[in-house]
Amino acid sequence: MSHPETENLKTTPLTGWHREAGARMVPYAGFEMPVQYRGVLAEHNVVREKVGIFDITHMGEILVTGAGAEAWLDGLATNRVQGLALGSIVYTAMCRDGGGVLDDMLIYRLGDREWMVVCNAANHGKIAGWLAERSTGADVALDDVSGTTALIAVQGPEAAALLDRLTVLADRRDDLHALEFYTGFTHDGPGGRWIVSRTGYTGERGYELYVPAADAAVLWDDLLSAGEDLGVEPIGLAARDTLRFEVAYSLYGHELTEEVTPLEAGIGWAVRLKDRIFVGRDVLAAQKAAGVSRRIVGLEVLSPKEGRPAPIARQDAEVFSGDLCVGVVTSGTRSPSLERSLALALVDVDAVGADLEVDIRGRRARVRMVPLPFLPARVKGDPHAERHPVND
Amino acid sequence: MERKYTKEHEWVTVDGDVATVGVTEYAATELGDVVFLELPEEGSTVDQGAAVGTIETVKSVEDLYCPVSGEIVEVNEAVLDAPELVNQQPLEDGWLFKVQMSEPSQADELLDEGDYASLIGG
Repeated sequence: MSHPETENLKTTPLTGWHREAGARMVPYAGFEMPVQYRGVLAEHNVVREKVGIFDITHMGEILVTGAGAEAWLDGLATNRVQGLALGSIVYTAMCRDGGGVLDDMLIYRLGDREWMVVCNAANHGKIAGWLAERSTGADVALDDVSGTTALIAVQGPEAAALLDRLTVLADRRDDLHALEFYTGFTHDGPGGRWIVSRTGYTGERGYELYVPAADAAVLWDDLLSAGEDLGVEPIGLAARDTLRFEVAYSLYGHELTEEVTPLEAGIGWAVRLKDRIFVGRDVLAAQKAAGVSRRIVGLEVLSPKEGRPAPIARQDAEVFSGDLCVGVVTSGTRSPSLERSLALALVDVDAVGADLEVDIRGRRARVRMVPLPFLPARVKGDPHAERHPVND
Repeated sequence: MERKYTKEHEWVTVDGDVATVGVTEYAATELGDVVFLELPEEGSTVDQGAAVGTIETVKSVEDLYCPVSGEIVEVNEAVLDAPELVNQQPLEDGWLFKVQMSEPSQADELLDEGDYASLIGG
């Protein structure tokens, strides 16, 4: 069978595995990626209750080295990079001069003078180009290793138990156990350097493994066989989206765009203004002083009939207060864990607290504002901790 | 009862001049987990080929088309309460709505089992 819609798309070292496993493959940011295997709801629950593995090789990895790397990155990132401890990781945005978000990303400190920027696949070209432009005259060298680096995420309450069983990391168990959230270590793997970090985007205990492309297929198979009795399964991009949505992690192209600032988008905690100069800082400092005029809020769409699923407000659905459009949905779906119709929306702060409705294909549905996150993350502490929706 | 099919992956069975409409097993599988349905109102008049509702999964919204013209005489309340019935029993308890046909000959012209099997490559 031919795949006309997937021609000219980039593949990962695991694309053949996904196809053979019967995954539904879709074009995503120039890659042919698995959107689901067994089904989005089942996969979502596997990650919440057990452990799932994700092929997210489409993400971009750019190494930044040189004596000037630390100060240079600090001048581009909204979050503080300067002074980051060796082996630590920071979540940050990079912005245009006007404050609009170019992308959100992780920055790893791999060495005294070596760093890694991990950006979204959809923004990879843009970020690589922007960094290259900005590097002129700076004492840094950029090395885009995306094409030779595979990235596998291991996420869920059993993620630590699963990694503990990997023979390839057998002599690193103490390091694995010592990993705090947002830290990592490098490892001499069979095909070259691995980077193992306690990071992820599901709201569960999790790890991400950056490995040379040649090591990816063996690692993937090892994870599946070692974790069989833990209930490990491969997880597609659809569940990755519902998982991050419930814990209200921002996704570029939804909550984050060049048209919003990180303060509006709800990642103001990743904007450090004090004693720093970085691209976009002036606009962000002024906005912070004046207060944002719109921000990301959580909404629950109410069912018109007791006991019946509520309609779903999806991206671009308009939010109304009476006749006035006061916002727009950035992400929305039926939450698999909470079994409610929920949405993230960018809403005028003046409308917060008002009776709101959302327009779903020409029909109004009542919504109520709910605190974020919809579901608390348990990335730190007991990965099996009981958790109750914040809004109950 | 003979089951007829549409290119939009719906099935139709006819009892007298009332057509029962649902989605095919193929469609249910292709769609994935159905989490919300919007169905036409009872008593509303519908035209063949018109979009009369939506079938929604976590990721997508698909239009439901009416395979025959007529009046909606019954809507499956159970499937509105539990949309997963569409995945679990697309041909039985997961039926969607019934149409009192104004032009019953329209049902005869729909695809038969063999035509539909060829359409989905089966």
